Amino acid sequence: MTELSLTEQLALFLPELLLALGAMALLMLGVFQREESGRRIANLAIALTLLALLSALTLPTERAEIFGGSFVIDSFAITMKALALIGVAAALLIGRAFSETQRVGRFEYPILILLSAVGILLMISANDLIALYIGIETQSLALYVLAAWHRDSVKSSEAGLKYFILGALSSGILLYGCSMIYGFGGGIGFAEIAAAPPSAGLTIGCVFALSGLAFKISAVPFHMWTPDVYEGAPTPVALFLASAPKVAALALIARFTLEALPPHAGGEDILTILAIGSMILGAVAAIGQANLKRLLAYSAIGHMGYALIGLIAGGEEGLIALVVYAGIYLLTIIGVFCSLMALRAETRAPQNIEELTGLSQTQPAMAFLLAALLFSLAGIPPLAGFFGKFYVFLSAIEQGFVWLAVIGVVASVIASYYYLRIIKLMYFDDPDISLRMELSPSSRFVLYASGVFALGFILAPRLLSEPAAWAARGLLGLP
Amino acid sequence: MLAPLLTQIAFYLFSAALLAMASGVILARNPVHSVLFLIMAFFNAACLFILMGAEFLAMILLIVYIGAVAVLFLFVVMMLDIDFVALREGFWNYLPIGLALGVVLASELILLAALPTVALAPAPPPPEILQPNIERLGEVLYTRYAHFFQMAGIILLIAMVGAIVLTLRPREGIRRQEAARQVSRKREDSVEIRKVQSGEGL
Repeated sequence: MTELSLTEQLALFLPELLLALGAMALLMLGVFQREESGRRIANLAIALTLLALLSALTLPTERAEIFGGSFVIDSFAITMKALALIGVAAALLIGRAFSETQRVGRFEYPILILLSAVGILLMISANDLIALYIGIETQSLALYVLAAWHRDSVKSSEAGLKYFILGALSSGILLYGCSMIYGFGGGIGFAEIAAAPPSAGLTIGCVFALSGLAFKISAVPFHMWTPDVYEGAPTPVALFLASAPKVAALALIARFTLEALPPHAGGEDILTILAIGSMILGAVAAIGQANLKRLLAYSAIGHMGYALIGLIAGGEEGLIALVVYAGIYLLTIIGVFCSLMALRAETRAPQNIEELTGLSQTQPAMAFLLAALLFSLAGIPPLAGFFGKFYVFLSAIEQGFVWLAVIGVVASVIASYYYLRIIKLMYFDDPDISLRMELSPSSRFVLYASGVFALGFILAPRLLSEPAAWAARGLLGLP
Repeated sequence: MLAPLLTQIAFYLFSAALLAMASGVILARNPVHSVLFLIMAFFNAACLFILMGAEFLAMILLIVYIGAVAVLFLFVVMMLDIDFVALREGFWNYLPIGLALGVVLASELILLAALPTVALAPAPPPPEILQPNIERLGEVLYTRYAHFFQMAGIILLIAMVGAIVLTLRPREGIRRQEAARQVSRKREDSVEIRKVQSGEGL
């Protein structure tokens, strides 16, 4: 491969550059016009994200490596970046509405989201261990701060602190793994690691590195932080946590296992354990939850398990299933969090499932949308979530992982109980309190877009499955 | 002939001192003394790195661990009111678990050394040193890895923004320095001359 000139390399790096430089420029703007700049910065951040999305979509589609092979741009990276940037844009839109209604707005919120987005894009493109680590740290460090955003609330501070300490621990595990891989494999590039001669040290390193990565998608047994952080973090931050970083971490795990893990490192076994544990715990542990955000956290754990099945099945079908699943999950969970934020019981958002009782009588339109989104998360046809699970289980069965698909189906049947319980409360019980709705135009847009996606996916599944197929071929190096 | 001997003597000297200081850290009753022992242990470890020709690591150890981490420990120990007697209370309860972990760790280390199959590969002979390794690191850090250097800068920026966001609170009633206002003040604005009769006051 011919070495690209610096300008060509930077052109391939345009989305990251735009976000990083833009975030710094907005920071300057905010610092020098502290009082009145909040709304303008939020708007500019959204514009910047859309610009980055546009520039990501116009990147050349052939696989290219930049900065001495540290980063790779291929169709998989472009697709995942586009998905992640949609999540970022949604978090910014909702965050803008949130900071205006709650009057906790500090202008740094969009800037930290943008900087975290830089890390997300770096993770998706990472092609060596340093890039992997730097991407993860950039992404998570901003998230630790965002989780503790309500600094006067005990829960939010607790969320930030827990997330930070466990995140630092997982980074330690990851780095330990990376140093073992470098020591025994003799290189940091993914291709060099894959070509390294087998050794016990390399295997141990790979296991540690995968464990560190599993923390980022909150796969069992590295999930302990998730419910507390989701519960304590402000809702728009929880939305962000559940969307874009998850997509990025899934993309990173996919690239790491396919391109870096040597076959003897046992990556498939590890992923299988993670997937089974996540699916079962996500289904069972959420049943007893009364708090809506904790319930969604367990649901997120379960969904990561299903997405991993696609990766375990492997091959083109498996990867398509992974990308489709990630996309559907991202676009659905955004709507769920958005509807939770829009509802108001007196002055605060509803915290518990019981508070949604009888929503269909007080807010019929909202109840319908929320029900559709929850049905989609549960994977009930003909909604979008069903197709995600369908692709995943189909790919598992085709590749001979029938038992894995069976466990997945059983887990999703158990999991549908708690989604259906919310819907039952909304539709078949009488309300005690009347919930109000406070929807700003931008949140309304996000909510309706998510709802239309969940309901209308069946009409045009190709809109997602074709980019997914393109992405899968790019990652596997197929024409 | 003399140089290797001197190196050996220095190695055993620093190693012995390191072990002694490390024991001091856990044996000292006064936590401030523990931290001071820790600083000495770091210092001896840095000397060992210099003997190995890794002067960059030695300097990093001095700057980061002594300059920042240990000083932070000292601040925490001296400024926070931590009841160390209470912290030690659980000692006998946790002793069995600690001992078990120690035994596991020790047996793992022994196994690692004893089993030929998992033995570490011998270290490659050190390359001919033509250039101090600080220079070598600098050469690649600002060329081949310049992009990582920049990205690490972004991480530090996030850390700074985060620290400010989470701790800065606007405070009322403090006097800030405002150069423009201070310089543009005139004598007439702020100084008033009154005639005061003796014995009466204002």
